[in-house]
Amino acid sequence: MSAAEAPLPPLAPRERTATTAAERRTGSPLAVSLSGVRKSFGDKTVLSGIDLEITRGEFVVLLGPSGTGKTTLLRLLSGLEPPDGGDVLVPRQRTVVYQEPRLIPSKRVLANVSVGQKRAQLTRDNARRALAEVNLADKERAWPATLSGGEAQRVALARALVREPELLLLDEPFAALDALTRLQMQDLVGDLVARHRPAVLLVTHDVDEAVRLADRVLILDNGGFAVDVDIDLPRPRDRNDPEALRYRATFLAQLGVGRHSSTRQDIS
Amino acid sequence: MTAVVTLSSSVRSDAPAAPKLETPRYRRTRERPRWISIPLRFLVPALLVAAWSVGSSSGLLSPEILAGPPAVWQAFVELYQSGQLLDFGLASLQRAALGVGCGVLIGLVLGVLSGLSALGEELIDSTMQINRAVPFLALVPLFIAWFGIDETFKVVLITVATLAPMYAYTYLGVRGVDRKMVEAARGFGLTGWRLVFGAILPTALPGVLMGLRICLSLSITGLIAAEQVGTREGIGYLVTLAQEYNRTDYMVLCIVMYAILGLVFDAVVRVIEKFAMPWRQLSVTR
Repeated sequence: MSAAEAPLPPLAPRERTATTAAERRTGSPLAVSLSGVRKSFGDKTVLSGIDLEITRGEFVVLLGPSGTGKTTLLRLLSGLEPPDGGDVLVPRQRTVVYQEPRLIPSKRVLANVSVGQKRAQLTRDNARRALAEVNLADKERAWPATLSGGEAQRVALARALVREPELLLLDEPFAALDALTRLQMQDLVGDLVARHRPAVLLVTHDVDEAVRLADRVLILDNGGFAVDVDIDLPRPRDRNDPEALRYRATFLAQLGVGRHSSTRQDIS
Repeated sequence: MTAVVTLSSSVRSDAPAAPKLETPRYRRTRERPRWISIPLRFLVPALLVAAWSVGSSSGLLSPEILAGPPAVWQAFVELYQSGQLLDFGLASLQRAALGVGCGVLIGLVLGVLSGLSALGEELIDSTMQINRAVPFLALVPLFIAWFGIDETFKVVLITVATLAPMYAYTYLGVRGVDRKMVEAARGFGLTGWRLVFGAILPTALPGVLMGLRICLSLSITGLIAAEQVGTREGIGYLVTLAQEYNRTDYMVLCIVMYAILGLVFDAVVRVIEKFAMPWRQLSVTR
């Protein structure tokens, strides 16, 4: 993982949290293992031989400018798109939440959550429990068209969680939501992930979201990881914490925006 | 294999059981060379023609039941050299084009009106359902009484036949257009015909073109019925003639000509689809 060496300004001293992300990683089983994965569209190479390992229970956030292959990487992991080369190893139980809810309009909320599973009392009970977890217990008979954007996205989240995934893939799931709903959803996802402990790959443009949720942040640029750092901040996180602000500024600089954009060359 | 797994998990007994990792099964869209598309389209028809040819030459199909390819070819040459074939084909094509043109135009207008406004739907839809339910062939005697047996009758018959499917597909296409897009376009001042031609019809075009395809093939059925009376040219007339003289070679020739007409119509719509909707190939699932 060449990106791990990317020099960053000095960040949090590791002693701040009880266990650092790196410590948690050692000894945990792998949930994702990529080696030498390549993908190009036409003559545009979006992934040029990347290596990546994610352990169980690790919350990884993937940042990067538009068109750098974030979503492509996620589609590779979810099995929607084959790589041109390299090895992709993922657990069988993996689910995706997309930017749009992608619910089936002809099924009621409960049926949408349990879609594709065996019709059984247990399935329905699990789906009800998942709906309760996203605070939509009273909406199980509703049609998707009657839900608000945030509600629909919570149904999509319940649909992803009810299968108890070992790998949860989130493709900008909060991007289309209003700012307040987004904050609530981020906390909800943070709580649910802490409870279920799947490995998570969250693709986003939102640097604040990354700092708020991630154990580890990757930034994709030019077909490889320009940044691969652990975020060892205690949870729940305060976005105005000086450490958090430092991470934020660093990531923004790497992405080429913000006050430090002029120093981008020094960093990368 | 299993022995290795047991060994490693007993070594790290403190760690939770490792989830089994696997390579996802990707749904591969197999890459086919582009040139193969057209031969594939012709594969099954070519096989049918080959079977016909083999059946006739081996004597399995007697000429009284079905004329063989050489006889049909001879009939073709005969009619072509007398110039009748071209005249008949053109006459039929002209009737079909006129009838389909009128039917498509009316169906399109009614479909848009009905798809866009609740009032339009209430006024038009039930009538169109009646039109759809009545087989147009049942109208032949009535139309002959009204319009005589000349060209008017033929064109009107095809118009009525193609009206209902065009209406239904246009209606479906217009109803399928994203209401939010229409709302936004209205908000930016696109109203009336500009809204219909600038935003709604282009979006509904896949449905409309499907309707056009069905209308074109229906027009061939209409031609057979219409050209059985009051004409001395047209493929339908040739069918009647072949029946009277029990010439299977002419009958098969007519079927072949209808088939070719159908292929030509389909090709026309395909070309329209390709050039009228340049935005369609662009959408990808991301």
